[in-house]
Amino acid sequence: MTRQTSQQTPSTETIGWTREQMAQRLAQDIADGSYVNLGIGIPELVAKFVPAGRELIYHTENGLLGMGPSPEPGAGDPELINAGKRQVTANPGAAFFHHADSFAMIRGGHLDLCVLGALQVAHNGDLANWSTGADDAIPAVGGAMDLVAGVKSIYVITQHCTKTGEPKLVEACTYPLTGLGVVNRVYSNLAVIDVTANGFQLVELAPGVDVDTVKQATGAPLLLPASANIGSTK
Amino acid sequence: MINKQVTSPAEAVRDVFDGATIMVGGFGEAGSPIELIHALIDQGAKGLTIVSNNCGSGEVGLAALLNAERVAKVICSFPRTANSTVFPDLYHSGKIKLELTPQGTLAERIRAGGAGIPAFYTPAAVGTPLAEGKEARAFDGKTYIMERGLKADFALIKGRMADTHGNVVFNKTARNFAPIMAMAASVAVIQVERVVEPGSMDPETVVTPGIFISRVVEVPEPAHESQLVAAGVTYP
Repeated sequence: MTRQTSQQTPSTETIGWTREQMAQRLAQDIADGSYVNLGIGIPELVAKFVPAGRELIYHTENGLLGMGPSPEPGAGDPELINAGKRQVTANPGAAFFHHADSFAMIRGGHLDLCVLGALQVAHNGDLANWSTGADDAIPAVGGAMDLVAGVKSIYVITQHCTKTGEPKLVEACTYPLTGLGVVNRVYSNLAVIDVTANGFQLVELAPGVDVDTVKQATGAPLLLPASANIGSTK
Repeated sequence: MINKQVTSPAEAVRDVFDGATIMVGGFGEAGSPIELIHALIDQGAKGLTIVSNNCGSGEVGLAALLNAERVAKVICSFPRTANSTVFPDLYHSGKIKLELTPQGTLAERIRAGGAGIPAFYTPAAVGTPLAEGKEARAFDGKTYIMERGLKADFALIKGRMADTHGNVVFNKTARNFAPIMAMAASVAVIQVERVVEPGSMDPETVVTPGIFISRVVEVPEPAHESQLVAAGVTYP
């Protein structure tokens, strides 16, 4: 990994929820029977934490509804893969289809939820998650712009700040946009935050995290909920 | 008497011409028609425009075609691959043009091209750099951008089984772009593991009807890109 750390900037990366705990927290909020598309990376972890008794149908945009977990070693098929191009399985009741049908499901509003990573989320719901705009970068977009344009709910799961301590929740995205006003909710390592008509609204704090820490780590105003149970741990 | 079967990948791509637009099936390695692509490298056509979701990996298949400098332009949603330097090197040295298209827009452009629809409006990419220069229009209070349908001179795709009329079934997520590319190409060439006689396939299970397929070639044990790359194979 080419991870860079800053010695000077105080980091929020190691407090609050771990990646798995963020995924677990998000998984509690997915309704039974939902059709769900999980992005590559942390979003994929969500599937491991869906509460018992709920049945979700996973969509992968390369043409499968009813995606199951990774195959046993040696039992995979190079032609049964997910959007991250890793081998997966097909659950009972699965269906294969071509790419135009797959994106008709996406764009046509047939999927209930998409979980994505983010470079930046603006307080009006704008999302940047496909490019840093660097001159030497190879442009690559995949299906993110279609997903955010069409899926009913868009949840972002992300570290609250970058590895150098910059807020990822901002007034306005500086990276190239993926979509305008598309994000409904953010699950970070520090908090659960709704994107409302009035901006970012705190829903829940991660254990051991206080409101001031979240405010300082957020690059736009943070509305506080009326209820007094913020800070309670589960 | 209809018989679309040809004897070899070489025969299947014999008339590809310089400057042709070719749709190449596959999402990652799933559905990538490696044997047809290698036959195209041997055939020698150059100055090609390739329409494909990705740009291959290692130095086999689509990446090998690019590496042979036969491709002037790609229309693609995700040209970056962890284990290939072919596209990045060509792109940085200005030897290849890229038309970056969101994946769903790419699929719909291909579907539209094959369905006789010259253009359509989509909500994807509105307000992003990929909407620049495109016509925007509001419908029912929401903004959309216009995208053009895509057609091709050839499609190179892969299936599991076909009959000699060109009716096809696919294998799992290898189906991806193949059915719509078959519709959008003047000459759709498909490699399948098994060719059967008409009547051998249940018409209810046919995924791509034969009207969209021009040539069928049997490749009984097709290579998988990841296995070739892992084995250190390069082509030619």
